[in-house]
This record gives sequence, structure tokens and C-alpha cells, in this order.
Amino acid sequence: MALTEPQPLALPAGDGSAAFEPLGVLSRPVRPKQKWRTWLFTVDHKRIGVMYGTAAIFFFVIGGCEALLIRAQLWSPRGTLLSAETYNQVFTMHGTTMVFLVVMPVGAAFANYLMPLQIGARDVAFPRINAFSFWCFLAGGLFLQTSWLFGGGADGGWFNYAPNSGVVFSPGHGIDYWNLGLIIAGVASLTGAINLIVTVLNLRCPGMDLFKMPIFTWMTLVTQFLLLFAIPVLTCAQFLLMFDRLFHANFFNVQSGGNPLLWENLFWVFGHPEVYLMILPAFGLVSEMLPVFARKPIFGYSFIVWSGIAIGFMGWGVWAHHMFVSGIGPISVTTFSLTTMFIAVPTGVKILNWTATLWGGKLHFTSPMLFSIGLITMFTIGGLSGVTHSIAPADTQQHDTYYIVAHFHYVLFGGAFFGFMGAFYFYWPKVFGYLLNERLGKTNFWVMLLGFNLTFAPMHVLGLQGMSRRIYTYDGGYGFDFWNKVCTIGAFILAFSVAMFIFNIFYSKVKAKSLPPPGPDPWDARTIEWMTPSPTPEWNYDPIPTVTRLDEFWYRKYADTEDHRLVRIHSLEEVAQHSDGEGVHLPSPSYWPIIAAFSLPIIAYGLIYTLWLCLVGGLVLTVAIFGWALEPPDAPGGGHGDEHGPDDAHGEAGELESGASGSDTADETSGAEAGADAKEVETVG
Amino acid sequence: MAEISMALRDEFSPHAHIDHDTNTGISNTKLGMWVFLASECLLFGGLITTYLLYKTPVAGEGPSPKQVYDLGFTSVSSFLLLMSSLTMVLAVAAIERGDHHRLRTWLAATALLGSTFVAGQVYEFTAFVHEGMGYTTSRSSSAFYTLTGFHGVHVTVGIIMLVSLLILSLRGKLPEHRAETVEVVGLYWHFVDVVWIVIFGVVYLIP
Repeated sequence: MALTEPQPLALPAGDGSAAFEPLGVLSRPVRPKQKWRTWLFTVDHKRIGVMYGTAAIFFFVIGGCEALLIRAQLWSPRGTLLSAETYNQVFTMHGTTMVFLVVMPVGAAFANYLMPLQIGARDVAFPRINAFSFWCFLAGGLFLQTSWLFGGGADGGWFNYAPNSGVVFSPGHGIDYWNLGLIIAGVASLTGAINLIVTVLNLRCPGMDLFKMPIFTWMTLVTQFLLLFAIPVLTCAQFLLMFDRLFHANFFNVQSGGNPLLWENLFWVFGHPEVYLMILPAFGLVSEMLPVFARKPIFGYSFIVWSGIAIGFMGWGVWAHHMFVSGIGPISVTTFSLTTMFIAVPTGVKILNWTATLWGGKLHFTSPMLFSIGLITMFTIGGLSGVTHSIAPADTQQHDTYYIVAHFHYVLFGGAFFGFMGAFYFYWPKVFGYLLNERLGKTNFWVMLLGFNLTFAPMHVLGLQGMSRRIYTYDGGYGFDFWNKVCTIGAFILAFSVAMFIFNIFYSKVKAKSLPPPGPDPWDARTIEWMTPSPTPEWNYDPIPTVTRLDEFWYRKYADTEDHRLVRIHSLEEVAQHSDGEGVHLPSPSYWPIIAAFSLPIIAYGLIYTLWLCLVGGLVLTVAIFGWALEPPDAPGGGHGDEHGPDDAHGEAGELESGASGSDTADETSGAEAGADAKEVETVG
Repeated sequence: MAEISMALRDEFSPHAHIDHDTNTGISNTKLGMWVFLASECLLFGGLITTYLLYKTPVAGEGPSPKQVYDLGFTSVSSFLLLMSSLTMVLAVAAIERGDHHRLRTWLAATALLGSTFVAGQVYEFTAFVHEGMGYTTSRSSSAFYTLTGFHGVHVTVGIIMLVSLLILSLRGKLPEHRAETVEVVGLYWHFVDVVWIVIFGVVYLIP
């Protein structure tokens, strides 16, 4: 946590007077020639979003292989593919990887790429912290995965309940890797949350009131607030566990009066908001896609937004439904049963709104649309089985069975991941400049839907028959054999559908060379990010748009006639942006975010093996923080020629004019930034 | 140039004036710090809860924090820490007036008061260990050292920020229009003080 604190030392660029000269530290990287270096030191939110997505897909393949190992082991009774120890590690790492290194970062990828575009900003509020967040996530994720190379992964389940997670029961270093890796990833989430919250609150383009923001942006805001408050609770719990394991503290040492319920409570106070912060980005994405392909405005915009906010609040009051069998007493059980029933309401509101959006629409069944409908249906199944958990007696029966596994895969895979898949297909042209093949995409959807349901639907049955989770094998003769085989077949079909998607990426890229470019608006979409050329240029918007209503872009293209028919009033050519970005001043790249981020795993290895490494990592981190705080606001030559920014005309209103009284040419940042867009001034922080 | 700007301006915009302030009127850095501090509340919340749960050790596992602390000593060091909030306010006021001499004085005073507090904590910890309450002695000792230690680390980070500001100021790199940097460090500093009031109440005052 302390890592972000020196942030206020960062000297905001641009409001430096001509007298300000940076201390004698490394200059910022000039945009380098080699392509890979531009990615390492970039602070561009779009590139960071793409890197988040790429890393998440990489971890998805790892987590998916772990899932296949689990299913292969359970193919038949008394499976011998994995030992009990390995099986424990595999399912723990599968859960941890999928939650922290796949679903959360894919959400972060879309938030990073889309949210600034949707609010008409040129970048996030703190571009360097944004880069730091990504590298920190990657450093934490890779650190976690290296546990496989150094003695095996964590083996206590993704929640690592105490005292099972203590040294006595888990003597290897797997849980230490889990602890430290997730603390590092937590730093990434926390800094990311601060960054994106400030961005939404502060950097909206003119006219973009909170209630004119696209729903995805709203859901991002709610998600980031959930992260902001949930991550420190997990970090606190993990610090306690780390001190127990590495420094022999007594937090979960039952002999000294350590209370395992403390861990459970802390973990689930984090863990349940976590569930919502994984699903809300997908909800937001679906709310973007459905109106486009139903060719209708979203039904009940404010209901969807407010129910998202309600989920954000109520998500904090349901955590103990994970603990109904832990002996928390009848009053707690009743309370949390009721709150769990209540939280189904705002979620149901969303489902209803999406259905009503489809009602009477001119539906276009493209692949993003198919995946969106897949989300609605699959999530509804998962949501309904979720409500059955609110009935405590039934939950007691279902606890730790495959019924639970079925439930959360329906909401996380059938819900969140179907939404993400749809959004990949939907936003691919905006991000990479070519459309993914539709025919393959639709096949992809049907294969994935089939594989998904074959894998997880039978788990409902298995669970109600009494098959326990997290047990590496089962005996024949309990009626588990058949459905386990179905699940395993389904899992491999699911894996094939993921392979199809990855194949589609490369196949479509090759094919795209002989196809016309998709243009800025291939789907005839509604929100302003589709005004920008595809792929989105580095400067996002030039000029910055002014928004007057929800679905601004749509109403620039279409108008309602008196008899409620749509008429096209402007062609795409007229409403799309064409500027070459000349004169837009963007934040310069920086060496420090990646250096600071990769100092953290060094410290973490030090904590596990030898404290000397901590010293090395600490030194690197200190140098990086001071280098960061004191580095000049701009790359050498980075601002030249920018004095004639397109918005210079209203530069006189800039809040910087007082500070930037020096000549424009003497301080290349002051003139250019004051002119181009004062909002960027703060961004360099 | 004016023509170019007109041509590139968003022609669909009813009022082409682009607002240069942030939407909230609060600068990004300051809002970022506020949001960060909100998150910190939950971190300390978790640690304080842990301490409340474990404030007495299991019988036979060494003294409880209550049996070893010196309320007078900690009250004095707490008072010094709270006074550092006053000097911090004075530092912010000084730079806003453009009084760089007083800025440096008050920054130094704040850092000094903070350091005294941390030194007091180090002395206190050492004394406790000598009285038989080590980090691993009991659940209460673990909870006590972790909670107060986390706070101590936060104060230390604050001192490092203050000293960095002082050095910047001495080198002439902290002009008036950067007053907000001092203010944002001040926000952090006050937060750390407020948290100490809670911790002092929970650990030292509640019977």
C-alpha cells in the first residue's frame, strides 16, 4: 500500500513555470524506434488496455489447462492422473488464476481501453500510475505462477481458509507465493481503482454529465469503488497470514487463541464484493452491445445505472452467506439470508431491462449479440441457483458440493466471460482495425455454449447427489460416473471453443488484408467511442467532442420523425472524426512504472527466501519512486510544434495561465498543455 | 491559426467552450489522494478489528499490551503527533502565502514531531520486548505490533515525503504554484494522525 503514497510528490507537469527545472535525473524516454520498447514504457491507456487483455488471455490458457487437468482426473472413479497433493494445488491455482489474473484483468482491459474513450478523454488521470498498475498486475501474476517452478502452487483453495493455510498444514511455499503474489496484484488493482475513479469523476468531456455516461462507464465506476474498498481488506488479511507464515505471528494459530473465523470474515468481506466487481464490467459491456444490435435505446437507462449502484452498496452486506455452515449463529444466518435474497432484486432489474431492450427491437444476430444473449440466459440460470443459496437450510445441504461449483461457473463463465467474449468480437475492429470473422464467431459461440453447458450443468446434479468439491477422486457406485464423464467431455469442447477464438484472431487478421477496412463504425453503434477512426489513434479525439445527450453518436447520425420513425440525418463521413492529431500533446512515456512494478516481486522473493533480496528490491523501488516523482514532465522534444494545438483558441481560460506565465517556447509543456487540453496537465502525475 | 481551430472544433457542439477545470473542480492529484485515503480506512479497519478481537492473550502466554504500556509516555508522544498536524497546516498556509522560509520551518517541524513519535514507538516496542511481550508471544502481541507497526510505517512514509518536500523547497524546486503538492502531502499526514487517534483510543484508552 505504501507504494502509492509518494504519489503526491509527483510534480504535476505543465503548471511548472519557466523557472522550474527538473532535478538531474534520467530524462524520459523519447518515443523509441523499436516497437517493443514503445510498449514497455508506454503510458497510453489504450496500449495498457491491450496489454491487460493479452496478459489475461495468457493466464486464461494457463488456468484453462489447470481446469482440463482437473476434469481429466475426474473422468473416472479412482483417477490416477494427479496425486491428491497436486490436485489440491491445481484447483487452488485454477481458481486463483481465473479470478485474479483473468476475469479481473479482462475487466480492467476494457475499463482502460474504453472508459476514457466513452467519456471523451484523451487519457486517464494518472497515465504513469496506469502503466504501473498493469506492470504490477503482470509482476504479481507471474510471481504467483513461478510457484510451480519452485516447489508447487498454493494448495488451500482460492480462499485459503485458516488454519489450513498455516505452515503446519501447508509447509511448502505455495501459500506464501499466493499471499505475496496477490498482495502485488492488489496494489495494481488499488492504484488502478484510484486512477479510474478520478478519471471518471474529473475528465469527462464537455456536456458529459454523470447521467449521460454510457452504462459501461458507470459500471466501471461502481466496479472501481468496489475494488477500492475490497482490496485493502484482502490485503489486510493476507498480511496477517503472511506474518503468521513467515514471522510466526499468532493470528490464525488456534493454540494461541487465533480465530479461523477472522480469516473467513475478512476474506469474504473482500470476496463477495469481488464477485460483483467481476460481473459488473460484463454487465456494462452487454448494456453497450444489446442496444446496438436491437437498434433501440437501452430500456430504463437510469434503472440499470441505479441497480448497478445498488449492487455496489448491497454487495457489502452479503458476505456471510459463504459462511452459513461455520457456526455464526441463527441471527447472522437469518440476516445474511435476507440480504442475499434482496441483492437478487437489482440484478433481476438488469435482466428485465435487457430483455425489454430486446423486446420489439430489430434484432441482428451477430456474434457479439449471440454472446450477449448467452450472458443473459446463462447468468439467469446462475443467478437463480445463487438465490437458492440464500435459503440457509438448503445452502447447508449444498455447501462444498459441485452444486456451488456449477453456480459460480454459471455466473462467472456464463455471465462474465460470455460478456467479455461478446465484447471481444464487438470492440475488436475499434481496437485492432479489423473485424473478426463472423461465421467463425457464430460457430465459436455455439460451440462454447454447448461445451459450457455440458461441463457445468451436470455439476448441479452431481452436487445435489452429494459429490464434494475439492476432493481429488470419487468411488464408483455413487452414480457420479456418468455425469463426470459428461463434464469432462464438455470441458474439452469448451477448450476447443477457446482455441477457435484464438485461431479466429489470427485467421481474421490474415483475411483482413484482402477486405476493406471496417471504418470507424462497423456496427452502426451509439456511443461516442465509435466516432474515432479504427483503430483508435493515439490522441483519441481531436477535437474533443461535446455531448448533449445519452447515445450522443447515434443522435448525430439519426433523428426521430414525428411518427417515431428513424431517419438518417448525417452520414458516417460527416460525424466521424478525421483529424490527424496534429498538435495534440500527449503524456510522455516513462521508464519508472515498469521498474517500480518489477521491484515488488524481488521484495517478495526476498521475504520467502532471504531478506537480503528485500534490500535489493527496496532500493530499486526507492530509486524508482524518486525517479518517478522527479522526472521531467516531458520527453526531450516531446512538446515541440505543439504550440498550435487545435484548442489554443480558448487557452485563455486555462487554469494554468497563472503558473505558465513563462513563454510558450521556453517551457515546452506549459504552452502546449495549457492550450491543448488543460485536463492533460494533471494526467502526468 | 484561429481558422484552423474553428474548422477542427466539434461542429455539433452547441457551446464550443471547453472547460479547462476538472469536472469536480478538485484537481486529480487531490481527488486521487482522497480516494486513496478512503481505501486506507478499510486497511486500518481490518487491523483494528483484528486487534479488538485479540486484545487479551490466552492465559499463560505473556503479558497483554495493557499490562506493559506506559500511558503517560504514549500520551505525550500522541500529543506530539497531533501537534504535527498543526505545523502541517501552518506549512500549507505558508506556501499559499508564498512564504518559503516559514514553509521550510514548518515542514521541518512537522517532520521532526513525526520522527519523535516514531522514535517513541521504537523505544516503546523495545521496552515491551524487554518486559516479555515479543511479536510472537501471543495473539495480542502479534495484533498490537502489527496494528501500531502499520501505523508507524505510514508515519515514516509521511516523514520521507515531508523531507523530500523540504529538500525540494531548499533547492528552489517548490514554487508557490505547487502549493497543492504540499497540501496533498498534508492530507495524507492528517489522515495518519486521525488514524492514530482511533488506534490510541482502541489500544490504550478502552479498558
